[in-house]
Amino acid sequence: MTLQNGDSGDYSGPLLEVEHLEVEFHTRAGIVKAVNDVSFTVDSRETLAVLGESGSGKSVTAQTIMGILDMPPAVITGGAVRFRGTDLLTLSEPQRRAIRGQGISIIFQDALSALNPVFSVGWQIAEMFRVHRGMSRKDARKRAIELMERVHIPAAAQRVDDFPHQFSGGMRQRIMIAMAIALDPDVLIADEPTTALDVTVQAQIMELLGEIQRDSGMGMILITHDLGVVADIADRTTVMYAGRVMEQAGVFETYQAPAHPYTKGLLDSIPRLDQKGGVLHTITGTPPDLLDTPSGCVFHPRCRFRKDDCLTQAPPLYEVGEGRTSACHYYPEVLDDAGR
Amino acid sequence: MTQGDDRATRPQAEPILEVRDLVKHYPLTQGVVFRRELGAVQAVDGVSFDLHPGETLGVVGESGSGKSTLAKMLIGLERPTSGSIKVHGKDITSLNRRESKRMRRDIQMIFQDPYTSLNPRMTVGDIVREPFAIHSDVLPSDQHRGRVQELLDVVGLNPDHINRYPHQFSGGQRQRIGIARALALRPSILVCDEPVSALDVSIQAQVINLLEELQSEFGLAYVFIAHDLSVVRHISARVAVMYLGRFVEKGSDTEIYEHASHPYTQALISAVPNPTPVGRESRQRIFLSGDIPSPADPPSGCRFRTRCWKAEDLCRSQDPELVTRPGSTHPSACHFAEERNALSG
Amino acid sequence: MSEQLAHSSAGTGERPRGLWDDAWDELKRRPIFWISAFLIVLFILMAAFPGLFTRIDPNAADLSRSMESPSSKHWFGLDRQGRDVFARTIHGARASIIVGLAATLVTTLVGGLLGLLAAYLGGWADTLISRLGEILLGLPFVLGAIIILATFAGAQSGAGPVLIITLVVGTLTLLSWPLVARIARSAVYAVKQADYVQAARALGASPFRIMFRHLLPNALAPVIVYGSLMVATFISAEATLSFLGVGLRPPVVSWGVAISEAGSYIRQAFFLTAFPTAFLCITVLAFVMLGDAVRDALDPKLR
Repeated sequence: MTLQNGDSGDYSGPLLEVEHLEVEFHTRAGIVKAVNDVSFTVDSRETLAVLGESGSGKSVTAQTIMGILDMPPAVITGGAVRFRGTDLLTLSEPQRRAIRGQGISIIFQDALSALNPVFSVGWQIAEMFRVHRGMSRKDARKRAIELMERVHIPAAAQRVDDFPHQFSGGMRQRIMIAMAIALDPDVLIADEPTTALDVTVQAQIMELLGEIQRDSGMGMILITHDLGVVADIADRTTVMYAGRVMEQAGVFETYQAPAHPYTKGLLDSIPRLDQKGGVLHTITGTPPDLLDTPSGCVFHPRCRFRKDDCLTQAPPLYEVGEGRTSACHYYPEVLDDAGR
Repeated sequence: MTQGDDRATRPQAEPILEVRDLVKHYPLTQGVVFRRELGAVQAVDGVSFDLHPGETLGVVGESGSGKSTLAKMLIGLERPTSGSIKVHGKDITSLNRRESKRMRRDIQMIFQDPYTSLNPRMTVGDIVREPFAIHSDVLPSDQHRGRVQELLDVVGLNPDHINRYPHQFSGGQRQRIGIARALALRPSILVCDEPVSALDVSIQAQVINLLEELQSEFGLAYVFIAHDLSVVRHISARVAVMYLGRFVEKGSDTEIYEHASHPYTQALISAVPNPTPVGRESRQRIFLSGDIPSPADPPSGCRFRTRCWKAEDLCRSQDPELVTRPGSTHPSACHFAEERNALSG
Repeated sequence: MSEQLAHSSAGTGERPRGLWDDAWDELKRRPIFWISAFLIVLFILMAAFPGLFTRIDPNAADLSRSMESPSSKHWFGLDRQGRDVFARTIHGARASIIVGLAATLVTTLVGGLLGLLAAYLGGWADTLISRLGEILLGLPFVLGAIIILATFAGAQSGAGPVLIITLVVGTLTLLSWPLVARIARSAVYAVKQADYVQAARALGASPFRIMFRHLLPNALAPVIVYGSLMVATFISAEATLSFLGVGLRPPVVSWGVAISEAGSYIRQAFFLTAFPTAFLCITVLAFVMLGDAVRDALDPKLR
């Protein structure tokens, strides 16, 4: 609280800045480099999509930003997470707790397990106000009902004392969102927020998130594997693979002229709703075992642009254009490739 | 093999699968000793369709639509409350044990979750060999190993890996093992229940392509059940849209995706995010209010009316039939059916 | 099981890893496993070949030396009838361990099978097995055992050791199988929902194949975990019942019998109770430690 208010006046850098983040998991089978030199920034009113498949390190990155990573087995071995210029990784646990919810908050894929089944949803939302704002029970409850209305839960005043299991999946996700925005955070991390939901409900939830963002001006990190959802609402994208950043660009550039073979492969491999295609173009092979990642470029075993030096030299993030980077030695070829 | 030749001599026009008025109600009971029926969950409530050799029928629906119950009835894991399922003209809902075991050679299933569909205590070889162990008259046991390796090869796995356990494979590879098992008895119909939804994006395309290759190689007919409309469009020539236990619209892929006439289909298609940011500002979405009602207490009349922007009194009192209406070329279960291209908004 | 897996992989040269291999790897790394395994092997050797440890006849009595204190010749002293306590303690291992292992084996088999049937068949079979189990579990364990043993064994005075041990094992099984059945039932129930069971049904697999090829191997871990903890419970239950005079009794030599016989003289000759009790405690502890290690290795979630 103090930290947030004290620093906001004279600070002019990015709202949230992840810099060269490195996270390892120490398992019995060996060391897993889950996040490897990941950097990105998010500003107010901006939506950054972190796009990746399972094992890409996107959720670990989110958990590291929130400070909810289980340590051990995880170990943060390098980098910084700066919120309004302050490196969160150097703060004490009570200081971080003050930022959680008020500075940065998160919503998860599985709203049912993220909500406590033995308390009513109203009580759980109200708790945010009681704990962080010291409100009385009565006031907190009133605010909880307001928030439930804000996330468009019908008959909020009647449903405030209902328990999580009495709501549908979409409604539970709305309650999660209500809790996440209760304290007006500056950054909202949405970790696969609609993966467990049906498409019609997904559309409602994404619309709600967009509406809240427009009203509050918060920055949003959308963590997802869904290329459609990203195309719909993101301003910028960070594509991750095997714990590394493959490409960073504005959303239009990413989709229209991908500068990394992995992004290109993903876009080519998804079937389209508006046209009937022939054989889908696939990315061959499977994502690597993080205990034994390939030498050189992690993507080289699956890459159709591969040349000899990809096997030995890990590509840096090349500057491709204004605010655009790609971790591919041969990005000009990828950009020029008209597609298949 | 001889079975396949026999099939080839049949006229193409004859469907291999005919489903008529299929109903599955799960009774809701109370009490242990003196059971009272309180009602029924109407999971599937009057579904009919034909499937021809080598074709794919896509069934799209959200959770609670009854599509998984439909799949289970088709492969004989659930007994229908009423209605008929005819495979090669023979009703499979009234077979004795032996006949139904025989029927299972013709219709097999691919499951959604590659992590729970393979027995973790069995080797891949044993998993793919199990169909031959159960149907011992299909293949002499000294040929099992060779056939299993052949099947693994067909689905794109290393035949030398028969002694590995499922957990040593990735999700996509596990799904291939499940496909090999389903293919073992050379079925003519495969029911695919969300076969790619649990897989990573970059792996989904591989499995979809494999399913298409296998279809043209073995002349398989697919009932392809999924919630992902893009995948269904890609693989299916005909599509049925399911809502609360019923088909609400049925047609060719173009008819459904570009000329949808049922409001639910239109909302469903418009809700799918397009994987391109171009034109996203101008795109118009149909937002459905509320959630899918409980199948234990479906709305009167049209089941979609509680969420429909077109609903009128007629919808409450009269159940719309799935018929082709004026101004459209395909059947739709809406009193006010009206074609609209929901893709362009 | 693990051996069978190892054999099947012999052909290709690469070693497949199953649950049992992983569990073994986990076990191997635990000192507590090696300590308990060493003690258990020692006690099993004692039970099988008491001659390795003592040459003195446990039943050779010398009344004139009743309750003599431990000496270099008689390490644990002599009991009231002048029999060597060391020899009797060594020979007592057999009955205690046989009762513990046999009761565990029979209980696990009976309970596991009934649990499997209850979960697989459902309906009336499930209701019948579950209710019967609940009735038996409702009986206080010691009271139930006393009633059963007093009724049956009481009528058979002069029964031989085999009959007495069989009766005790039977009683322990009768009162304990519902616990195993309950665990097996819930484990099988969870497995029954798995898609691979559905896949086997869709292939037309027989109920026998589904139960023994798909359900049982996947539901076995929690049953084995419980079983390994049960050995200790049964060994102490045997001692308790023998102490109360309804379990094993002379001529059978067991720790429980020895403690029972010595109980009245605890003030005059403490060592008479102390040595068999110490052996009993160490054995129970060894089996408890082994059970814990097996549980951790097989089912980390239960920890």
